[in-house]
Amino acid sequence: MARGSAQAGGMPRRGSPAPPQPNPPKLYAPRRKIHPKRVNGTFRRIKWAVMVVTLGIYYVTPWLRWDRGPGAPDQAVLLDLPHRRFYFFFIEIWPQEVYYLTGLLILAALALFLATALFGRVWCGYSCPQTVWTDLFIYVERLVQGDRNKRIRLDRAPWTLEKIWKRGLTYAIWLLISVATGGAWVFYFADAPTLARALVDGAAPPAAYISVAAFTFTTFTLGGFLREQVCTYMCPWPRIQGAMFDADTFLVSYRADRGEPRGPHKKGEPWEGRGDCIDCGACVAACPAGIDIRDGPQLECIQCALCIDACDQIMDRVGRPRRLIAYETLSMPAARESGERPRVRLIRPRTVLYSVLILIVSGLMAYGLLTRSDLDLNVLHDRNPLFVRLSDGSIRNGYTLKVLNKAHHLRRFEVAIAGLSEARLKSPELGDAAVLRFEVAPDSVRAVRLFVSLPRQTIRARQDEDGELPITIELRDVASAAVYREATAFHAPGASGR
Amino acid sequence: MSTTPDRDEVTGIQTTGHDWDGITELDQPLPRWWLIIFYLTIIGSVLFWVWYPSWPVWMDGEWTFTRGLAGKTARDDVAAEMAQRAAAREADLARLEKADLGTIRRDPELLRLALANGASAFGDNCAPCHGSGAEGGPGFPNLNDDDWLWGGRLSDIEQTITHGIRWEADPETRLGAMPAHLRDGLLGRADVADVVQFVLSLSGRARDAEAAARGALVFEASCAACHGLDAKGQTFVGAPNLSDDIWLYGGREEDIFESVANGRAGVMPAWGGRLDAATIKSLTLYVHGLGGGVEEEPAAAGE
Repeated sequence: MARGSAQAGGMPRRGSPAPPQPNPPKLYAPRRKIHPKRVNGTFRRIKWAVMVVTLGIYYVTPWLRWDRGPGAPDQAVLLDLPHRRFYFFFIEIWPQEVYYLTGLLILAALALFLATALFGRVWCGYSCPQTVWTDLFIYVERLVQGDRNKRIRLDRAPWTLEKIWKRGLTYAIWLLISVATGGAWVFYFADAPTLARALVDGAAPPAAYISVAAFTFTTFTLGGFLREQVCTYMCPWPRIQGAMFDADTFLVSYRADRGEPRGPHKKGEPWEGRGDCIDCGACVAACPAGIDIRDGPQLECIQCALCIDACDQIMDRVGRPRRLIAYETLSMPAARESGERPRVRLIRPRTVLYSVLILIVSGLMAYGLLTRSDLDLNVLHDRNPLFVRLSDGSIRNGYTLKVLNKAHHLRRFEVAIAGLSEARLKSPELGDAAVLRFEVAPDSVRAVRLFVSLPRQTIRARQDEDGELPITIELRDVASAAVYREATAFHAPGASGR
Repeated sequence: MSTTPDRDEVTGIQTTGHDWDGITELDQPLPRWWLIIFYLTIIGSVLFWVWYPSWPVWMDGEWTFTRGLAGKTARDDVAAEMAQRAAAREADLARLEKADLGTIRRDPELLRLALANGASAFGDNCAPCHGSGAEGGPGFPNLNDDDWLWGGRLSDIEQTITHGIRWEADPETRLGAMPAHLRDGLLGRADVADVVQFVLSLSGRARDAEAAARGALVFEASCAACHGLDAKGQTFVGAPNLSDDIWLYGGREEDIFESVANGRAGVMPAWGGRLDAATIKSLTLYVHGLGGGVEEEPAAAGE
């Protein structure tokens, strides 16, 4: 079928017919080991700074304290799964407010889109945990085993005593980092100092040990061995990038128009009639993804910009201007070729759209958080029976009030029906006093049954043709006199009914 | 779809030979670790077969399955969990059994247990007649309202549930029935019609004031013994209040005529022998809490 359409369409085929093959193509291939060479420069320094900041945030955050008063945890950031609470400094989120978390994820996604549209895979290159931990692991490797050439030699060497202790020491340090990574993770889910003691004493819950073990294992293997394979084969993000780049996105690029034709260059030789690239391979040696940036944009490239630093070092040495490899847009080489001034277009419909969306979502979240009430009143009307006729002809409706006291102190409330003084209130657990009072414990939910009876005349005067009348249940906080209202319906037999 | 593999001229890599409108695909080898993980999953599945129950086997004339080294099945887990819950429930019921109604009512935790237990027992045993919302129906009382034939205190409700109403097998059952005044010749047709008008007049609905006046005399002679002179009913004989807005058998003129002429004697089974004491207590508290429960008199509350 496809063959027919290809012939009918007369599509030109790329490439030449395959030569006769003595061997079938290989179905799988071992990972080609990559030993990135150390570089110095602007972007390397930025990456060190990002590593310190991101790892610092990760390891230190659970130990930050935040006083919320008695009865509440004093950990600044805490995901309290057993009690279904999420604490983030001054913010406290209950399960029914999980939309804040959704908003946060949407914000993160939009920020990622914006950053990618502007500067390509900056997330991948600088702040992705996979990149940061891999960078850290490579640093350890270099510290123990030496730089690229020594590591290659060691890798090829037989298992001598030297190789054993060097590799062993590397793995031991990796393992320590991995354990610390897994250990820090669980501190986000329980009181860090308590859990730390329990972990050491062997008294922590099995889930904590299992989490630490799982994170240790993944950190060790992903950071130590799989490295760029994670980015190339496991992560979906590289595949999505294509839709985020455009001709004005800054990408780590080799300036072929300046570099070509490339070739070795001896000191003192003229630079006329040739490109600046001396084909030294420094960019390839520095690449943690093991690719050649001079081949153009590639799926494997995480745009960590280390090749820029590597090339700059060489350019300095041979006395040519820096940034033969640089952040530039796809439109720039063409502009240079046609003699135009390369333009920088950071403000584009795409980036404006992402920015506006970010503003809207963060605005909504800020509004939600700032106006968040420390009390939620939900009213559930009884479904069966919808209403009950009483001896004196009045009608009674049953409700369940769910009162969520999000404050960290006990609160007393009085229940009333707004604007209906003739309403009689009664509650099986509170009695039928003129004013129903109840208390809700700090940071908890209380369900209260409430029976509301209305005399026939009131109902007749207010009900609609379905027999329904709107009522508003009011809770008054006795201490603060704040009033919380929830509108609901009162059902009665229809005007046409008996 | 072409089947001739080509070599891609940019990368020099063989293509798969598949061609989608001019788009071809490089035939890249799979990473080896991927393959290794695939083999590990196969090994893992074998471990699962060995560790958990998996294969059906024909043994001793019936189909069964390999037990697995774990020594238990997911069914065992469920059974263990169910047994654990049943044991917890037994303990809860024992606590309810020991406590009296007043104690349960004052203890929030016991009350919560009783109400949950009562709600489920109500659905199983009472809902067929009284309705799932206890809303009742013609002949079956609404248990939500404030009108009680036999009393709405906890003790009244417990008595009713335990011994039933007009349930002959139980010697302590509640007795007292509305006689068939016309059918059994206790009243003439005219008297019945008059007394119906009188009953209607109690809620201001009499059609014929003269008949109602005559009916008042009939009522005093024939009905007041049970329903009381004020027609407000008496719970010790289960006689309903005729002056209120609640009608068990309907409040229209023909419904009332039917009640007077042919009598009413609905039956409720005695649950004493069928449900255990804890469940009856739970049901009592549940029904009492539906909204119409009446408080014990102060003297009786001290029991």
